[in-house]
Amino acid sequence: MADTFTIHLKIWRQAGPDQPGKLVDYTLDNVNEHMSFLEMLDVLNEQLVAEGKEPVEFDYDCREGICGSCNLMINGQAHGPKALTCTCQLHMRNYSDGDTIVVEPFRARAFPVIKDLVVDRSALDRIIQAGGYISVKTGSAPEANSIPVDKAVSDKAFDYATCIGCGACVAACPNSSASLFTGAKLAHLNRFPQGEPERRKRTVAMVEQMDAEGFGDCSNFAECEAVCPVGISISAIAEMRRDYMKALVAGEEA
Amino acid sequence: MNLDSKVPSGPLEEKWSKHLNDIKLVAPNNKRKHNVIVVGTGLAGGSAAASLAELGYNVKSFCIQDSARRAHSIAAQGGINAAKNYPNDGDNIWRLFYDTIKGGDYRSREANVYRLAQISNEIIDQAVAQGVPFAREYGGLLANRSFGGAQVSRTFYARGQTGQQLLLGAYQAMMRQVHEGKIEYYPRHEMLDLVLIDGKARGIITRDLVSGEIKRWMADAVVLCTGGYGNIFYLSTNAKNSNVTAAWRCHKRGALFANPCYVQIHPTCIPVSGDYQSKLTLMSESLRNDGRVWVPRKKGDNRPPNQIPDDERYYYLEEKYPSFGNLVPRDVASRNAKIVCDEGMGVGPTGYAVYLDFRDAIKRQGVKTISEKYGNLFDMYENITGDNPYEVPMRIFPAVHYTMGGLWVDYNLMSNIPGLFVAGEANFSDHGANRLGASALMQGLADGYFIIPYTIGDYIAGNELPEVKTNHEAFDEAAQNAQQHIDKLLNVKGEKSVVEFHRELGKIMWDKVGIARNAEGLKEAIVQIRALRDEFWQNVRVPGDQANYNKYLEFAGRVADFLELGELMAQDALNRDESAGCHLREEHQTSEGEALRNDEEYSFVSAWEYQGVNGQLQEQLHKENLEFEFVELKQRSYK
Repeated sequence: MADTFTIHLKIWRQAGPDQPGKLVDYTLDNVNEHMSFLEMLDVLNEQLVAEGKEPVEFDYDCREGICGSCNLMINGQAHGPKALTCTCQLHMRNYSDGDTIVVEPFRARAFPVIKDLVVDRSALDRIIQAGGYISVKTGSAPEANSIPVDKAVSDKAFDYATCIGCGACVAACPNSSASLFTGAKLAHLNRFPQGEPERRKRTVAMVEQMDAEGFGDCSNFAECEAVCPVGISISAIAEMRRDYMKALVAGEEA
Repeated sequence: MNLDSKVPSGPLEEKWSKHLNDIKLVAPNNKRKHNVIVVGTGLAGGSAAASLAELGYNVKSFCIQDSARRAHSIAAQGGINAAKNYPNDGDNIWRLFYDTIKGGDYRSREANVYRLAQISNEIIDQAVAQGVPFAREYGGLLANRSFGGAQVSRTFYARGQTGQQLLLGAYQAMMRQVHEGKIEYYPRHEMLDLVLIDGKARGIITRDLVSGEIKRWMADAVVLCTGGYGNIFYLSTNAKNSNVTAAWRCHKRGALFANPCYVQIHPTCIPVSGDYQSKLTLMSESLRNDGRVWVPRKKGDNRPPNQIPDDERYYYLEEKYPSFGNLVPRDVASRNAKIVCDEGMGVGPTGYAVYLDFRDAIKRQGVKTISEKYGNLFDMYENITGDNPYEVPMRIFPAVHYTMGGLWVDYNLMSNIPGLFVAGEANFSDHGANRLGASALMQGLADGYFIIPYTIGDYIAGNELPEVKTNHEAFDEAAQNAQQHIDKLLNVKGEKSVVEFHRELGKIMWDKVGIARNAEGLKEAIVQIRALRDEFWQNVRVPGDQANYNKYLEFAGRVADFLELGELMAQDALNRDESAGCHLREEHQTSEGEALRNDEEYSFVSAWEYQGVNGQLQEQLHKENLEFEFVELKQRSYK
């Protein structure tokens, strides 16, 4: 068995949306390098439950970096220090004996805290609802190979489609902008011939919804790209702006 | 009880089209008068909710995650099968059907599997039209690759994220209908009970996972798309929140549970490193194309692997299966890993791992070629374990991956409870005793896009469904039932945490109802599960309260249900006194260690009827005989 070491934690505790929150200190002295960050929190929670205290609430599901549920701000970095890595895929071997780690929720006006480290990210769903799709009814699709798509275009679309919807881009942005999230979906769908008919309408609707949800504007800090666990490029935002301007010029109503 | 599969008569290839001609329709202006509840938003649930809403039904969609897009279908890696025959390698609907039924070791229903193969092509059309970025050739047309259990290339894929991309397609279609006002969407809601009125499914009870409120929902039909129950093993490749609760609560209201013992165990996962471990990560099966599986010949040999000379290494798959070697099917590879570890030859800190070694492949092909093939997998492995697989062999071990069993359904995907439909991994219908790779995505989407939307219309058009209100006494009773269950969990106030109980249950299941089973072990498991269940209700500690976000409370309810299901799985495995697919009874093997079926006596679906739990779980067995009109039953061999 690997050696264990000690970690000091300062974790955001907040009983509910309208309650005040604060950082609370915990010390764990049985951390081992093979644990994931979330497994380390599991161990803390088991300890808290054994002591008759309330466990720390945090979101998670697949624990393999694809579902986008986990969302922790770790020492001020969304998903922690390792590039291209979700919180659930961050392992404790990235820390040393005696380290202090501050754990907070993804903060944004559009992401209200539900409890402790759990936030409400339903604003991202509403951006997709506004237009993040190609309108095709089940059963009405043409034969798949009747729509050839340049491999390079398709590969590029995939790069944007790989967004896991975690919201790290919002949490890292000084303006709490959701531009990388919205831009990624637009850069995926607007690229395809299938997505062309709704291109203008989709772009305007999603951008307007992003504003309506209370996300800020993009000022090109590029913090979003730096924390994105799947490496979405900030060029998605440039594409979104171009498409948005073109749509407005073409008379698409905002 | 008469288990009528309602399979239409006539030639295999005409059954589905004939059925579509015969079933009743609901007129467009009447559809908006009908409410349909869809529980779960994975491939089956997302596609069903979107398609039903497009048809005009009023749909209510529920999921336990904070967004429909996070359902566990998102984690599927490999691909989706379809009989398009784009590579011109001789594929067709019959071959896809045949491979699937053979892969399932002849324990699935012919007509359902044939329909699945027929629908497979439409799914690809639908997904492409939605903008799913499948891999393409330079000419701009779709690419295919080959997958286990088939001799043709029929798998469509989107890098290693096919499940994610298909799910986002269904999710986006669903979000469009939310925007149109045709779907009411309730994330962070967990279904706790089914409401029956006049014997029909007429609604559900949920708990709002944020406020804790118990809510009532009325409908004309309920579609359950709540996935599989692999998490009963505690450690599995399933997401942490995957559970059996919705299906199990329906079972307790009378829905039959079919073939609960059929569990697929994937051979190449990253092994357990300690008690804190929360889940197991799958490493693609493709690694076995170049990696060699071995353990030290000497028990307890703890030299570093690179210091063990070749003649002291036991390449057990190559020695036992000279023609297939490291490429034997999933079940055979998993079983043999367990055997060598049980014999004390396992490696790593726990002794429950075997080596998957790329030394020879790197020597032969070079680092560059290996990195091109498996670079991302090697990186993922190193991130999790801290070891570099270019330099030291990977350590792997099998893990629970998929459950073929589920609620019993007829050809219309309706359970024995009228109005309760079940789709995707939650039903038992298409994979028999073993699922082939790239078939889960196909089945979930076939059910949701192309079967349920038609068969539900037939049910609604053909049944009297008088208006009901959520203050009906059946809703009162079900809501009280759900509340009492929560109160009971919170009031035990014992000493032991939910996680400890779950881990102990998982160990019993893994040791005795896992890769290989025998009568003695299964009987022991039943006794141990009962004892653990008793202890749970005496000594579980659930922190916090109900009126709040409380993950431990959610888990407590799910573990309580797993503690009942576990007994049924063991009972089903004990009752099925043959081996079939993933269900290996040690008493029934060929001389080569393969699953030995007993078609004379066990060519049936085991469908269990819940009759109560009082110390012991009471279940009555019903049998649906499987008749094979169109395929001949054969013994599998991989020597």
